[in-house]
Amino acid sequence: MAELKLMVNGTSRTVDVEPDTPLLWVLRDTVGLTGTKYGCGEGLCGSCTVLVDGEAVRSCVLPVGQAVGHKIVTIEGLSKDRSHPLQKAWIEDEVPQCGYCQSGQLLAAASLLERKPRPTDADIDEAMADVLCRCGTYQRIRRAIHRAAGEVSHGQGR
Amino acid sequence: MARVVKVDRRDFLKVTGAAGAGLVLGFALPSGLVRATEPEAPFQPNAWLSIDSKGRVTVWVAKSEMGQGVRTSLPMILADELDADWSFVSFHPAIADPKYGNMGTGGSTSVRRSWAPLRTAGATARAMLVAAAAATWGVAPSACGTEKGRVIHAKTGRSLSYGELAGKAAGMAVPASAELKDPDRFTLIGKPLHRLDTPEKVDGKAIFGLDVRVPGMLHAAVLRCPVLGGKVKSFDADKTRAVKGVKHVVQIDSGVSVVAETTWAALKGREALSVVWDKGPNADLSSEAIHKMFEEKAKGRAAVARKDGRGLDALPEAAKKLEAVYEVPFLSHSPMEPMDCVARVEKGRCEIWAPTQNPQWAQGDIAKMLGISKKDVIVHTTLLGGGFGRRHLPDFVKEAVQTSKAVGSPVQVTWTREDDTRHGSFRPASYHVLKGGVDGKGHLSVLGHRVVAPSISEQLWPGSVKNGLDDSAVAGLIDMPYTIPNLLVEYVMANTPLPIIWWRSVYHSQNPFANECFIDELAAAGGRDPFEFRREMLAKDQRLKKVLELAAEKAGWGKPLPKGQGRGIACCPGFGSYVAQVAEVSVGKDGKVRVHRVTCAVDCGIVVNPDTVKAQMESAIVFGLSAALKEAITVKNGGIEQGNFDTYPMLRIDEMPRVDVHIVKSREAVGGIGEPGVPPSAPAVVNAIFAATGKRVRRLPVRPADLV
Repeated sequence: MAELKLMVNGTSRTVDVEPDTPLLWVLRDTVGLTGTKYGCGEGLCGSCTVLVDGEAVRSCVLPVGQAVGHKIVTIEGLSKDRSHPLQKAWIEDEVPQCGYCQSGQLLAAASLLERKPRPTDADIDEAMADVLCRCGTYQRIRRAIHRAAGEVSHGQGR
Repeated sequence: MARVVKVDRRDFLKVTGAAGAGLVLGFALPSGLVRATEPEAPFQPNAWLSIDSKGRVTVWVAKSEMGQGVRTSLPMILADELDADWSFVSFHPAIADPKYGNMGTGGSTSVRRSWAPLRTAGATARAMLVAAAAATWGVAPSACGTEKGRVIHAKTGRSLSYGELAGKAAGMAVPASAELKDPDRFTLIGKPLHRLDTPEKVDGKAIFGLDVRVPGMLHAAVLRCPVLGGKVKSFDADKTRAVKGVKHVVQIDSGVSVVAETTWAALKGREALSVVWDKGPNADLSSEAIHKMFEEKAKGRAAVARKDGRGLDALPEAAKKLEAVYEVPFLSHSPMEPMDCVARVEKGRCEIWAPTQNPQWAQGDIAKMLGISKKDVIVHTTLLGGGFGRRHLPDFVKEAVQTSKAVGSPVQVTWTREDDTRHGSFRPASYHVLKGGVDGKGHLSVLGHRVVAPSISEQLWPGSVKNGLDDSAVAGLIDMPYTIPNLLVEYVMANTPLPIIWWRSVYHSQNPFANECFIDELAAAGGRDPFEFRREMLAKDQRLKKVLELAAEKAGWGKPLPKGQGRGIACCPGFGSYVAQVAEVSVGKDGKVRVHRVTCAVDCGIVVNPDTVKAQMESAIVFGLSAALKEAITVKNGGIEQGNFDTYPMLRIDEMPRVDVHIVKSREAVGGIGEPGVPPSAPAVVNAIFAATGKRVRRLPVRPADLV
C-alpha cells in the first residue's frame, strides 16, 4: 500500500491504497463518495466519468496514482447546492429516469461546456457518445445541455 | 360524476395517532379481493400515508423506482384525492411486507394496480380531516370543503390546515364510504409535475444498491462457472488469499465468493482464483444447436392458442399467399447498474438492501433458505439503476446472504458488467412461422402465426404450462387487435437451458415484431398502403385505430421524404394501453441503418403525469431500437459469448433519433406505461427499411450485411 494525496472537490484527501487501483474504487470505497458509478470497468459506458483538471475522464480505468497532483471533481463537487447550470437544466428538463448514469452524463456535459460554451447537436453527440444511458434519456440530455448553455451565455449561475 | 366507494372498516389495519404523531392511515383492498398470507396481517393494504402536525404528507411507495417515476406518480394519485398541498408531499420507500399487497414491480402495473386503493386512501383521509374540522367548528362536514392542504368552511371563511387537524383527525371514525373525485376535478393528476426523485439524481446523493454502506461491511465478488448450470468441483485460493485486502474465500451455491476490504481487492482476488468446474450437461450448448431445435420444433406439433373462422384452411383460396420465418435472439436486460446486494445475516435475522423489483420474492426465498420467518427478513428496496424485468429474480440477493452468513459480516456483492451479461436471465429467443394471404380486393383474408419459443412460466414454475400452451408466450397474438376473417395462432414450447425472465414488454417484444412486419409484407403483396391496410382492420379496436391515425398524421404519412429515406408504421396494444409509431430511416452504402425520427402516439387512458408518459415512450423507443439494431446474446460451448458493452452494444446518443410523443386525451381506465412503447419500435424500423430499400429483414438484430 502507499499513502497518496488526492485533491477531490477542492479537499485534500490522503488514501492508503495500491497506486494501480482504479480511481473509481478509491472514490467509492475509500474516500466514501458514491456518486461516481461503476458500469463496465473498461471505459466503455462512461457512468464513472469524473473531471480531472477539467477533462472528462473514465475513473474506472484511471489508476489512482495517475490522479495524484491533479484536481478531481466528482458529481458531489459539481456545485454545493445543485446550482450548476447543468444540474438546474437537468431538473428543469427532467432528464434522469433511473438516474444511475447521470453523474457521468453531467460531468461529461460539464467538460463539454467548458470547451464549447454553445455546443451544437453534433458537438453534443460527439462529446456524449461515450456515456451510455439504458433508459434512453438522450433526447432530454441534448435539450438540457442546450438549456444550460443558454444560461451560461446569459451569465446566470456559476 | 363523483364516485362513492364503500369503505370496509374491517380492512383498516390501524388508525392511530395523537397530536404529535398525527394521522397514520393504512388502507386495504376490499377483503373479498385479498388473501391472508400471514396471521398477523390478515389484509393487504396497498398504501400508507401519514400527515404530521406540520402538515407534511408522506406517502409510502411500495413499488420499486427504476426510472419509471413511481415515487412521484403514486404520491400524486393519493395527494390528489387528499387535496394535499403538493409542496408538502414526500415519499417513503416501503420495506417488504405483505400488508402492502404484491410489491412486485413489473408488467406496467404500478399505477394501474395502485390507482383505486391510493385514491380511496386519499379520499378517506380527506373525509376524516373534514370531520375533524367540522367537529372543531360545530358545523356539518358537508358544509366544509378542502383545498391545498386545508379544510375550509366557506360560509364563515374559517380554515384549518391538515397539520393542525392531523391529531384530531386520527380520532375520527373511519367513514363508511369515501367520495372519489370526478376526473374533471383532479388538481394534480394530469399535470406534468416535476419528479420528487430528480434532485437527488443530479448531485450524487441518490442511493442505489451499489451505494449502500453498512458499518463493518465487506465487499465480495463471486466467480461463477462460465458454462450455464456448471458447478464448482474444487478450487485453490492460495493466490487469492495473498492479494492485499482479501479476507475470506468461501464457496456458495453459485460459485466461489471472494470477500475483501474493498471492491477492487475482491475483484483482484477473484482474478487470482483457480477453480476446477464440473461443467454439467450444457458444455456443448450453442446458438446453432438452439436454432436447429427451433427449426425442428416448428415443423412438429403445436398448441392452438386462437382460431377464428377456418384458420389456415382458408389459405388456398387467397388471391396472394405469403410465407415467412422471423427470428429474434436472446437478449440481456443490461441495466446500467449491474446486479449487487448488501446483506447482513445475524442470528435468526437477516437484513437486506437490494435494488430489486420484487422484495417479497427475495424475502420469501431468503426466509426459506435460512429457515427463519419472513418477518425476520427485512428487505429494503434501494433505488434501482434500471431493472427492465431482470431484477425480479433474487439470485443476486442469495449470493449476498450466503456470503454474509459464511463470513459473519455484512457483505456487499458486486457483479461486474461481464457477470451481469453472462449470468443474467435473458429475454427468450423466438422463431416465428407466418403464413397469410390477401383476397382479390387486397384485404387480409387469412393469417397464421406459429410462435416457437421457450416458456418463461414453465421455467419459473415447472409444470405450470398445461397442454403445451403458454398463453403469455403468444401475447399480442392471442389478443390480436386486427379483425381477420381466418386466423390461427399457435404455440410450440421450445425450452432451452438458458435462464429466462421477463424483459421489458416480455413476449410483446417478439410477437408483434414478427406479426407487424409480416402484415407489412401482406400489405405490399396486396398492393396496399401499410397504414390503410391496418386501419381498415381496426374497426373493432377504436383506441388502437385512433393512435394509428394520430401517429400517421403527426408523422406526415404519405408526404414525401428526403431521397433515400423510408417510413414504416406499426401499432400494438398491450398492458392496458395503445401505441403506434412511425419510423423514418435511411440505410447507408455500408448497410448501416440510421433512424432519423420516430413519431409515437399513445393512449394510456387517464394520464397521471404526462411528462412521465412522454419520458417512458422516449425510453421505450430507445430500448426497442437498441434491440432492433444492436443486441444479441449468443451461446458457445455452453457459455454466453458476450461480456461488456463492446460485445453487447446498445444505442448511444449519436444514434438517437428525434422522438415526438403525442398523447391521446382519454377518460378510459389508466393503462400501463413502462412497457407498451417497446413493441412497435422494431417493426416500425424494419418496415421503414423496406420502404427505403425494398429489402425485408426477418431476423434481429438488423445486420448491415443484410442490407448491402
